[in-house]
Amino acid sequence: MKKKVIALMLAAAMVVGVTACGGGSDTTTPATESGDAASETTEGGEAPADDVAADSAASGSGKVLSVQIGPNPETIDPALNSAVDGGNMILHTFECLLTVDQEGKLAPGQAETWETSEDGLTWTFHLRDGLKWSDGSALTANDFVYSWRRVCDPMVAAPYAETVLGMVEGYADAIGGNLEALGVEAPDDKTLVVHLSQPCSYFGSLAAFATLSPVQQATIDANGDGWAVNADTYITNGCFYISEWVPGSYIMCTKNPNYWNADAIKLDAIKFNLIEDPNASYSAYQTGEVLFIKDVPTEEIPSLEGNEEFYVDPIIGTYYLSLNTEREPFNDPKVRKALSLAIDREYVANTLMQGTYSPASNFMGPGWIDTDGSQFIDNANGGKPYIDTANHEANVEEAKQLLADAGYPDGAGFPAITYSTNDAGYHKVVAEYLQQAWAEIGVELQVDIVEWASFTPMRRNGDYDASRNGWVGDYSDPSNMLDLLYSSNGNNDGKFNNAEYDAAMETSRTTLDAAERSAALHQAEDILMNEAACVPVAYYNDFWLQSSKIQNMWHSAYGYWYFMYADIAE
Amino acid sequence: MFKYIVKRILLAIVTIWAVATLTFFLMNLVPGGPFLSEKAISPQAQAALEAKYGLDKPMSERYLNYMTGALHGDFGDSLKQRGRTVMSIISMKFPVSARVGGISVLVALILGIPLGSVAALKRGKPADSIISVIATCGIAVPSFVICTVLMYFVGVKLGLLPTMGLESAKHYVMPVIALSFYPTAYIMRLMRSSMLDVLGQDYMRTARAKGLAGGKILFKHALRNAILPVVTYVGPMLAYTITGSFVVEKIFVIPGLGGEFIKAINGRDYTLIMGTTIFLATLVIVMNVVVDIVYKLVDPRIKLK
Repeated sequence: MKKKVIALMLAAAMVVGVTACGGGSDTTTPATESGDAASETTEGGEAPADDVAADSAASGSGKVLSVQIGPNPETIDPALNSAVDGGNMILHTFECLLTVDQEGKLAPGQAETWETSEDGLTWTFHLRDGLKWSDGSALTANDFVYSWRRVCDPMVAAPYAETVLGMVEGYADAIGGNLEALGVEAPDDKTLVVHLSQPCSYFGSLAAFATLSPVQQATIDANGDGWAVNADTYITNGCFYISEWVPGSYIMCTKNPNYWNADAIKLDAIKFNLIEDPNASYSAYQTGEVLFIKDVPTEEIPSLEGNEEFYVDPIIGTYYLSLNTEREPFNDPKVRKALSLAIDREYVANTLMQGTYSPASNFMGPGWIDTDGSQFIDNANGGKPYIDTANHEANVEEAKQLLADAGYPDGAGFPAITYSTNDAGYHKVVAEYLQQAWAEIGVELQVDIVEWASFTPMRRNGDYDASRNGWVGDYSDPSNMLDLLYSSNGNNDGKFNNAEYDAAMETSRTTLDAAERSAALHQAEDILMNEAACVPVAYYNDFWLQSSKIQNMWHSAYGYWYFMYADIAE
Repeated sequence: MFKYIVKRILLAIVTIWAVATLTFFLMNLVPGGPFLSEKAISPQAQAALEAKYGLDKPMSERYLNYMTGALHGDFGDSLKQRGRTVMSIISMKFPVSARVGGISVLVALILGIPLGSVAALKRGKPADSIISVIATCGIAVPSFVICTVLMYFVGVKLGLLPTMGLESAKHYVMPVIALSFYPTAYIMRLMRSSMLDVLGQDYMRTARAKGLAGGKILFKHALRNAILPVVTYVGPMLAYTITGSFVVEKIFVIPGLGGEFIKAINGRDYTLIMGTTIFLATLVIVMNVVVDIVYKLVDPRIKLK
């Protein structure tokens, strides 16, 4: 009898024990409970001089803007990040030498002024007076030297190292481990000099690129890679510092009183809600728990049209198809062009993609900046679109003619081909549409849906016929996207190999003459479109929901939202 | 009994080793890798990353390194969430899932056992029909439907409960309902059928014949015998529930462990796949041993060998 009582008690204890174990673990998971959050706040609040503001913000009082711009970021270490959502958080916590203003133009950041030598090889940046880190210590030009060398460090393995520093003198040595070889020096605390091995007219854009944010050596030496995962050790130099990070839940960014322009910041804090599911975001928006969401469920879009809180704004980037030019029949430009012309881009962008994309007539869409500061697209192809997207029927006729010229009249004898894509967003819908559109010119298409992590290496290895592809620009210089089709580029998934194209890109890299550079870039796009090196389908837009209470914020063509100078209307 | 436990623990170690080994080689067979993204990183950066995490070494060496580390309690760094170790991710996220999951299991037991018993005792009566309908619904309706319906009506339309996070007791209500719906229904059905079985036994008739009070018959003779299948079910179910549900966590924005399983696999975060798999396997095995012991204590007829 006693045994049985014990048995039942044990059974109950088993369940209660586990629950209690969950409940009792508050101490091991700081910041998930409000009690611990408070202690975290005081710690974070001690660092900056302005204790009162910091405390009130992190405890939820004061002006806190609650937004959703993506799920838990994989990393917010500026050197390691390569994602847009991580970039958005870095944008609010760090400041580079230069920044991009509301008009998309370069503006002073940590550097007040900067100049370029006549040969374009030396860039000198003059820092502002009295710059400080969020912990109150002084920030000098040497911090930039340290940070930029760190980007090259093979032990750090920064994904964007080559993109942002590849043109700096000594880069090849630095990436091999000899960090001192990098051509960056600080003659005094307020001056940073960069020596380039080849001219780079857009180096100013790179100086505003998040990867080149300054990071504090002291905290990295003390905490290693882990410096960027804890609020306490994440020392910043931008508008905000992180006062609390509950992974998978939220990141609380509190106003940094040590920021040089802190007086212009009206918010006390920004709460980045790390919501992954668009439906969850949408619910939170509807209940008013967040005032801004980036992830809007696509099935809600028809009901949001005409809603003044729903925004659609272009970003620099193109949704395109890669055709494997090493395989028959895609080695024939006529075939590639026929497949390209058979697509009704207006239908795809406006109907299938519900207007969240725009039809692409060129490879380089709106937002890319030409060497004279004008829109690259306005000067492309003599100001005319390469593909007349409004005239689909004529395009189909031309496609049929091209296919016949290539030796496949009405698609006769055309081999069965496969289109590979991962399943996300509108990819599957587009794949189904392609089946239908290409059937019209007599081409039979099979669709192969591939899981994301397998899809990327497959495409990169050229192990496909046709596949979905896309690119969103890192900076607005057209070379950022035109380089994709350069024969040896790591992202040249279609394996396009054209000597003329490569020569044009080479010229654009080496010339110092703005007009010559512009001509070379346009020549490259001419070749690309004429040869149908890839098939642009639509330009990317960002679309989001934003409460009318938020004032004075803006969205950039790089896909970033600038909340730092925003305000909330009462 | 002691001998039995020692044997089970030894067997458990072998099982966990087998699970770890299989997972290690299977995950490496799948194409893809942790450092791939839409934009290709430079070959140097790729090589540097692989060297940093030892992915450039031959498979056998990587396996040995991993196992040696794991034996010393070092489960390595996450390959995707750089700067976090696998242990730090599990120890940060498991308590959150365990709290929500544990409460859900308690709710399931508290509701499931009495309701299932009532259904058996009132067999064929309206109460039985109502409970059976609820139980069928609970088993047939997937949790994401329950989540979405709750979220839409209770969270958004009526605004009664907060839709995301776990900041107060109120925040727990919807996730717990969503998580406990299925086990409650399952326990109700299990309890009902085993109770019916027990009620038909000879010793029950004897108990009634000798004039024992209804309550005593029910609690002493019927319930204790009828609860055995529930005990069997609760062990593994507890292990799965407290490690979190991907769907429920995603919808209610709960920073739990459930999502990590899926994200680790999708992102080919090899060390995290290993860590979470070994953790779950250990938990399931421990629960099974506990169930066996509880079983023996509840029903002395069972011999543990």
